[in-house]
Amino acid sequence: MSPTQRYHVLDRPPASLSGFLLRWEVILVGLLLVVIAVNTAISPYFLDIYNLSDATFNFSEKALLALAMALLIIAREIDLSVAAIIAVCSLTMGLLAKAGYGPGALMLAGLAVGAACGAVNGALVTLFSLPSIVVTIGTMSLFRGLAQVVLGDQALTKYPAGFSALGQGYILNSVPVPNSFVIFLVLAALYGFVLHRTTLGRRIFAIGHNPTAARFSGVPVNRIRFGLFVLIGLMAGLAAILLTGRIGSTRPNIAQGWELEVVTMVILGGVSIAGGAGTIAGVVLSVLVLGLTTFGLSLINVPGIVISILTGILLIVAISAPIIIKTIKRG
Amino acid sequence: MTRVFATRELLLGLIVAALMVTVGLRAPVFLTPASLLNILTDTSFLFMLTLAQMAVILTRGIDLSVAANLALTGMIVALTSRALPGLPLLGIMTLAVGVGSVLGMINGTLIAFVGIPPIVVTLGTLAVFRGLIFLIAGGAWLTSKDMNETFLAFPRATWLNIPSLIWVALIVSTALWMMFRHSRIGRGLYAVGGNPVAARYCGINIARQQFFVYTLAGAISGLTGYLWVSRYGIAYTDIAQGYELTIIAACVIGGVSIAGGIGSVSGALLGALFLGVIVNALPVIDVSPFWQMLISGAVILAAVIVNARSEKPLGKLILREARLKAAGSEK
Repeated sequence: MSPTQRYHVLDRPPASLSGFLLRWEVILVGLLLVVIAVNTAISPYFLDIYNLSDATFNFSEKALLALAMALLIIAREIDLSVAAIIAVCSLTMGLLAKAGYGPGALMLAGLAVGAACGAVNGALVTLFSLPSIVVTIGTMSLFRGLAQVVLGDQALTKYPAGFSALGQGYILNSVPVPNSFVIFLVLAALYGFVLHRTTLGRRIFAIGHNPTAARFSGVPVNRIRFGLFVLIGLMAGLAAILLTGRIGSTRPNIAQGWELEVVTMVILGGVSIAGGAGTIAGVVLSVLVLGLTTFGLSLINVPGIVISILTGILLIVAISAPIIIKTIKRG
Repeated sequence: MTRVFATRELLLGLIVAALMVTVGLRAPVFLTPASLLNILTDTSFLFMLTLAQMAVILTRGIDLSVAANLALTGMIVALTSRALPGLPLLGIMTLAVGVGSVLGMINGTLIAFVGIPPIVVTLGTLAVFRGLIFLIAGGAWLTSKDMNETFLAFPRATWLNIPSLIWVALIVSTALWMMFRHSRIGRGLYAVGGNPVAARYCGINIARQQFFVYTLAGAISGLTGYLWVSRYGIAYTDIAQGYELTIIAACVIGGVSIAGGIGSVSGALLGALFLGVIVNALPVIDVSPFWQMLISGAVILAAVIVNARSEKPLGKLILREARLKAAGSEK
């Protein structure tokens, strides 16, 4: 034994080429290149900067939710009520718009209602120590039900002039990049920084690995859990502002089924559903893979429901491939 | 322990009875035999699917693909019956159970033998199954005009003045009750969910148990798929959309613990009946059906809070008993 060995702590496995190639983000980059190559080959309209940037309209709002969902899933929680929270936020903004409030008030109200809905989830999960999957199935019904009771079969369609600018507009007139995509990129950088470079981020991983051990080492587990639910509520409020502004109407079924699409984005991004593992880079890459696949296929007139077959297969293959490779390597 | 279980089911039974009496006081027609039979007929699908989901949840799993399986099998059976009008009822039912089982086996293989988390697998197959319905039917809707007499007659038949659907639900429930209560594989499900490590040391093959429950859930979804399509006389991509969450809600209300290992047939059936009564009671007492989601959301939350409270002392009691026994044997 060399004398230095006791000071050499192996805090991560030694670097290896196969280890690097099997890294989830690297696989996703490969997948993204394949998607771009295939789409470029089948449609001449795919690699067009205007088309590509407009395509981001269709997934940026979901992608915003995926960022917060990633943090929740890493901390071993899940929120299936996100889409229903969007409905409640959109409803509130619709009612306020009808009452004559301006765009600023609508946006503030949307964010506040989103955070309040998230706080309801967080309180139920932390105060009664309930499993979040059950709580959020319940609140999903509750929130969506609220929108149905208030709206019935009606729709709210009157929004003030300035309101749609955020969800529909571009960052600069000369640069054709939608606001929503820019907001997503900025927030992704922020989330990545918080998750991977701050104490709070390490604490979220600690909770996901072992909540009991995290509590014993002084991590305020319940406070962070509660905060994460409020955060995803806030993101749902932001998504509601962008979405409502973009489509200009509120129906009870707005954003229906998004919860499962968002969870798919996060899991394909390499976040472990068992908690404790995942990266924001992975989630961003998975958002791009899914978004560009959908866009490319819709260019050649493949219906959305058929694209969902591919999404489903992609999810299962992407998750099972590394497991199978590992099993084979182990012999 | 049995006493705690008995009281929980008794309490739920009393709540359902009280609900029915309250509705009956406002609208006596609700409590007529015809109306009660109607409620049971309407809820028969939910009874069977809830028990199937309970088997899955007992093993700490979840199956989000049951409603998509139901819709896909329903469509396959309807298309087959249109192509082969001579197919007898037994053939149709065998086909439905067979197709459903095969779809369930896909889930089972990926979960039990590849080792992907159930929520990921069934989220993926949910999307794939829905997409396949669109593909095999070419996006078309099949209505009762496309279905022959044999295909449509079964759910409309009555034996001893009781609709056939209730008989089917009764037979399936009894068979499952026998399985959960008295068969080796059924007891094994509780063991696997209660403590997988202990179950493994007792010689229970966990992978085989998992494969079994997803196949079972598939078989029952398949059977329900045929019954659903023939009862409502329609098959298209979106039938029973979102129903998977109603089924899980019925389990939760019935006291099936999402953490696995806890749940009873009578509780699950009462949970399903509760939702069935609400759906049928609202129009009778002139409440807009838009309230349905809001109410079931509130009920789910109330049920999980109550169940979480009654589960807590249960765990402590077992420990204390075990400790007392250990202390006793030492002396």
